[in-house]
Amino acid sequence: MKERLFEGADWDFHTLQRITDACEEVALKDLGLDVYPNQIEVITAEQMLDAYSSVGMPLFYKHWSFGKHFAFHEASYRKGLMGLAYEIVINSSPCISYLMEENTATMQTLVIAHAAFGHNHFFKNNYLFKQWTDADGILDYLDFAKNYVMQCEDRYGRIEVERTLDAAHALMSHGIDRYPGKKKLDLRAEEKRAGRRRQHEEEVFNDLWRTVPKGAAKSRSTLSIERRRKLLGLPQENLLYFLEKSAPRLAPWQRELLRIVRHIAQYFYPQSQTKVMNEGTATYVHYRIMTRLHEQGRISDGNFLEFLGSHTNVVFQPEFDDPRFSGFNPYALGFAVMQDIERIVANPEDEDREWFPDIAGKGDVMGVLRDVWANYRDESFIGQFLSPRLMRHFRMFHLHDDPEERAGIRVDAIHDERGFRRVRRELARQHDVGFIDANIEVVDVDLSGDRRLILHHHVIKGSQLNETDAKRVLQHLADLWTYDVALIEVDANDKVLREYVVSPRPIPAAVA
Amino acid sequence: MPIHIIDRRLNPGGKSLENRQRFLRRAKSLVQGAVKKTSQERDIKDVLEGGEVTIPLDGMHEPRFRREGGTRDMVLPGNKKFIEGDYLQRSGQGSAKDSGPGEGDSEDAFRFVLSRDEFVDLFLDDLELPDLAKRKIAQTESEGIQRAGYTMTGSPANISVSRTVKLALARRIALKRPRKDEIEELETAIEACTDEDERAALVARLEALKAKAKRIPFIDPLDIRYRRFETVPKPVAQAVMFCLMDVSGSMSEHMKDLAKRFYMLLYVFLKRRYKHVEIVFIRHTDRAEEVDEQTFFYGPASGGTLVSSALQAMHEIVRERFNPSDWNIYAAQASDGDNSYSDGELTGLLLTEKILPVCQFFAYLEVGEAGGSAFDLSDSSLWSLYERLRNSGAPLSMRKVSERSEIFPVFHDLFQRRDTAQEKAAP
Repeated sequence: MKERLFEGADWDFHTLQRITDACEEVALKDLGLDVYPNQIEVITAEQMLDAYSSVGMPLFYKHWSFGKHFAFHEASYRKGLMGLAYEIVINSSPCISYLMEENTATMQTLVIAHAAFGHNHFFKNNYLFKQWTDADGILDYLDFAKNYVMQCEDRYGRIEVERTLDAAHALMSHGIDRYPGKKKLDLRAEEKRAGRRRQHEEEVFNDLWRTVPKGAAKSRSTLSIERRRKLLGLPQENLLYFLEKSAPRLAPWQRELLRIVRHIAQYFYPQSQTKVMNEGTATYVHYRIMTRLHEQGRISDGNFLEFLGSHTNVVFQPEFDDPRFSGFNPYALGFAVMQDIERIVANPEDEDREWFPDIAGKGDVMGVLRDVWANYRDESFIGQFLSPRLMRHFRMFHLHDDPEERAGIRVDAIHDERGFRRVRRELARQHDVGFIDANIEVVDVDLSGDRRLILHHHVIKGSQLNETDAKRVLQHLADLWTYDVALIEVDANDKVLREYVVSPRPIPAAVA
Repeated sequence: MPIHIIDRRLNPGGKSLENRQRFLRRAKSLVQGAVKKTSQERDIKDVLEGGEVTIPLDGMHEPRFRREGGTRDMVLPGNKKFIEGDYLQRSGQGSAKDSGPGEGDSEDAFRFVLSRDEFVDLFLDDLELPDLAKRKIAQTESEGIQRAGYTMTGSPANISVSRTVKLALARRIALKRPRKDEIEELETAIEACTDEDERAALVARLEALKAKAKRIPFIDPLDIRYRRFETVPKPVAQAVMFCLMDVSGSMSEHMKDLAKRFYMLLYVFLKRRYKHVEIVFIRHTDRAEEVDEQTFFYGPASGGTLVSSALQAMHEIVRERFNPSDWNIYAAQASDGDNSYSDGELTGLLLTEKILPVCQFFAYLEVGEAGGSAFDLSDSSLWSLYERLRNSGAPLSMRKVSERSEIFPVFHDLFQRRDTAQEKAAP
């Protein structure tokens, strides 16, 4: 029996220190986690709302949309419609966890175990985060972005900057490189590079050149279509990247703004692909740590019951006909699969040996889990590790809703021998961002003619774009491109389903 | 591994204030419309409370490429009775799921809470105090007293006991004044002592201690500190608003309602500028009386009409209670324009001689019946009197109103930013 970490609900900073030390001991020794150094910050409810409105980041550039989100969250928080999260954790090094001051000592322990060790380990070890994010540089980069936007506002006016950022935000979900191969983001170098480029521009600026008559432009009609597309790097699905590099009339600072928005979108890209795994890992880790602390006698029975109460709420999965149902709860699903892996590795049944020959009965639970956490994302994780037993437990079934079908929605598969694989494949697909985001890419630019930009939306399963929103986003796109933009929706057989053409709005002379 | 635990609660709040202001700026016209609509439903004092407004999200929408429709597949938990190949009806539960987990159209309207200041700012938009106020600026200062540390000299009334005792304690400790219990201890030791020699030594020590205690006083004049005060110029941050209204039989409920709305706006406006605003309600028929708000607007009264009585009453109240060098005085008069002819001269005299010189601003609001056709006929007696005064240079603001919707524009007119004082004279 070790000494109690705390009694009752009160805590102070010494308590937090003891809690963190105790959690760290379990996390590193018993679970073998590998984490970034931790930084724990205690904040108020208002500060939590602040963090909400700027996508959880401690510093961010200024934009009206964040104010809108803040007002929205604040209104629903005041009315009691929404509780605040117990914590926010940031994928940075050091890994920063924000704890709410209202939390009881038990909740602080839970939250430290969850965020400072669970999420932290996942951030540091998962391949997607390693590949796409730069935990060391993110805070400095955000600082740079904030200052850069501020400077731009001073130089070019708030309205101009806002217009560019509005457009960039509208395209944010299509400002991501989805395939590795490009070099890893190095945000520190990125910041230096921006500075150097500005300096270079200032050094070589010579107003005389502006007055020199231009020679006749080279005729491009000779370029073959293939060559032209290749020069422009087409087809290109990263719309922000394409605009930054190829939009003919953007000012350098506008390109830099697009680049900033693009980098931030890229930074969040792994998070959207690993919601289930990330929360599952953190929940599994907090559950293990809390249980261990209780076994050691460092948490009293009463406090442990309090923890179990919150834990049960977190992993609650309402059924589809429950009014509270709003899709799969990533905490519930992730935690269940990880506990199931633990069971399979430690005490497999015959069914498990058949389905999971690689890990069944292997014995080293933490070894297997650490490997899973490092090398999978939601889609592959579910596709690989969702067991028949869990599908039966959740009583999963697959619905196929075809608007053409008069009879109604068909139950395609259920949790039985015939359906296991199909249910699992479908659930995995639901967690694949490749299927969630519309597949839109730049296919061509009519350089010899009216410079019209041509985009294709590859329609999957007949799901087309929402018209009002599509028009608005295209308007933003056209404003940045400064010539007409056409979006063509085509199905798998290249049949054109719908075509949008949008012309840019007249822009004040400020854009050179 | 070192762990940093940081208390961020003390960091200045309002980090997102800037973003919020940007949002409000962007949504300004929408929010302003909502604010005006909300304020119409409120009472005079509640107007200041701020509160929740709802705006349409149209201009505030952040568009994204979103997909909708098409064939959909979904995996759900909680199967109870379905088997493969079953068909579910689309109605009810099915269609509820159609709207799905996406954002959909759930954001049509947007509700949020405005703080009191934001509400009033938007409500009053870009109104300014009339230039007239500038005339008074030099005089709007008076002497105030504020604490300024401690001093060695002063009057006994200002002794700071805590500070004095604190210093005395420090001095006593520094000089090692024997404590009371020390002496008592020694005395009991002497009582208990049997050995003569030792007793003599103890007595000697006791004497020495007592002498020392006497030499070092409990409180020395040196310790005494007095609270120090100094006088500072203090701007006058208070205003009084006189509401004058004719309540004779010719004033209808509609007219009173118009007047009330105007007073309301004036109150809100002054409240924003001054820390402390008093309202004095003076109603008059052929004689005037000061009344409370309830009586002012709703109390029954009848009689003839003598405007001068109200002005006289106001003048007396000002003289008794509101010294013009301490108060910013605003007056607003509402009437249907009737006044007995014999009273005209006295009214004009009172106004120019007594009232206007002490007022920051005097507004006259002539209210009429809904429809307002009466105004086309001819000017009322009071209107023509005031107009004459104004043309001869008296700083009066006057307007005619007959519809509720005209109140705000009129108020706006009277208080909008002006570049020159002269413009004010023009109707």
